[in-house]
Amino acid sequence: MGIEILGLPMMYYIAMVVKVLVAFVFVLLTVAYATYAERKIIGHMQVRLGPMRTGWHGLLQPIADGVKLFFKEEIIPSQASTFAFLIAPLIALVPAFITFAVIPFGGVIEVFGYKVPLQIAAYYDTAAGQVFDVNVGVLYILAMSSLGVYGIVLAGWASNSKYSLMGGLRASAQMISYELSAGLAIIAVFMLSGTLSLGKIVELQSGFGGFEWYIFKQPLAAFMFFICSLAEINRTPFDLPEAETELVSGFCTEYSSMKYAMFFMAEYANMVTVCALTATLFLGGWNGPLAVAFPLLGPVYFVAKVYFLMFFCMWIRATLPRYRYDQLMHLGWKVFLPLALVNIVITGIIGYFI
Amino acid sequence: MNPITPIINGLAITLKHLFMKPVTLQYPDERPKVAARFRGLHALNVSHNKAKCVACYLCPTVCPAKCITVEAGEDSNHDKFASKYEIDMLRCIFCGYCVEACPVDAIRMTGEFELANYHRKDFIYSKERLLEKK
Repeated sequence: MGIEILGLPMMYYIAMVVKVLVAFVFVLLTVAYATYAERKIIGHMQVRLGPMRTGWHGLLQPIADGVKLFFKEEIIPSQASTFAFLIAPLIALVPAFITFAVIPFGGVIEVFGYKVPLQIAAYYDTAAGQVFDVNVGVLYILAMSSLGVYGIVLAGWASNSKYSLMGGLRASAQMISYELSAGLAIIAVFMLSGTLSLGKIVELQSGFGGFEWYIFKQPLAAFMFFICSLAEINRTPFDLPEAETELVSGFCTEYSSMKYAMFFMAEYANMVTVCALTATLFLGGWNGPLAVAFPLLGPVYFVAKVYFLMFFCMWIRATLPRYRYDQLMHLGWKVFLPLALVNIVITGIIGYFI
Repeated sequence: MNPITPIINGLAITLKHLFMKPVTLQYPDERPKVAARFRGLHALNVSHNKAKCVACYLCPTVCPAKCITVEAGEDSNHDKFASKYEIDMLRCIFCGYCVEACPVDAIRMTGEFELANYHRKDFIYSKERLLEKK
């Protein structure tokens, strides 16, 4: 290896790029097939079959949907603010994907003699012999997840349509209410871990053969964080920004073709992200039996946990009807916010005495 | 009231339904089993190689949709027969009164229910087309 950049050999960079690509493609595929899984699972929960006719048991449905949306006519309303209208889907989509940069999905594996940590924004320092990742990873995730709502608000505003605007307004109000509770809920976790680095948080949950998860120490925080995250990513039962019964399709009423698909992808990518984050913070991330001995088992455990949580999201969607707007606000401000604060106080008191 | 229990009950119900056998019928591939007394497309009964109908005009009389047109004729044996027997399927309401009214059991209803067509004239079923359905 003759070529070196910034003191690191070329192969190292190639390994990093491959890691990023593999992770990104995997997330993209998960997003695509989450739509299929959702339709299938909800179908069977309603004693239907779900998609059956494209490919074996409808397995090509996401591809068919993508191709269909791609070839649809692109409509930009004449009264819309064109630039904002065009940029809004991107603003919604990009934060949903870049959140994945700091989520660890496995331990350190060896590729061509280089130790590569399975976390995109991380590197293995050979001199120090340890992994360095973004030490404020959780802050980064909270920042990115609240950036996503700008896309929705912008879409609502730029569409120049009443329904879109209402959807955008609802999205922002909902985001503010629930971001707060979600943030406060995970503070209890940081009080236990003492770090904001996701890699460290996963490491701290590796005791008991990989079962020392924070959900056992902080069940209330886990519950609240998951519910608030559902509200943050506008999933049922909190999908008020696109409530069909009231707002036609909310913020994406005026969108068509690939731009609509981008909102759709953003929604599912957000779901994947939130499930990955919940798995990392509360379900021990990539930890599991023998995950330290066999590093390749880490991603398997991680994916299994994420998929389980995604199944749970779909399960909730098949079960619960949409919340009314005042109920949503009531739940956010009068139930979850006080509960999160009480949880922090209790964690503090227990932490002080132990 | 405790808000958590109903949610858990609901989740239990949906999970139970996940493992039930779906009721969906994959229609063009799977055919529904039509009940024995289903009232679908009409058919004219045949006996001794000709339609049993004697053109008594009871079916067009009883028909509430007035969709049956019968014209009587005389055959070589000087017997009365239906020289023309047409049912307009666009008007028919599939009530089955024609079958009930028929004194010689000349008309029945089959399980055939796929009656879509491209032209209006194709919905008028002539005697030949009704006879085809054995």
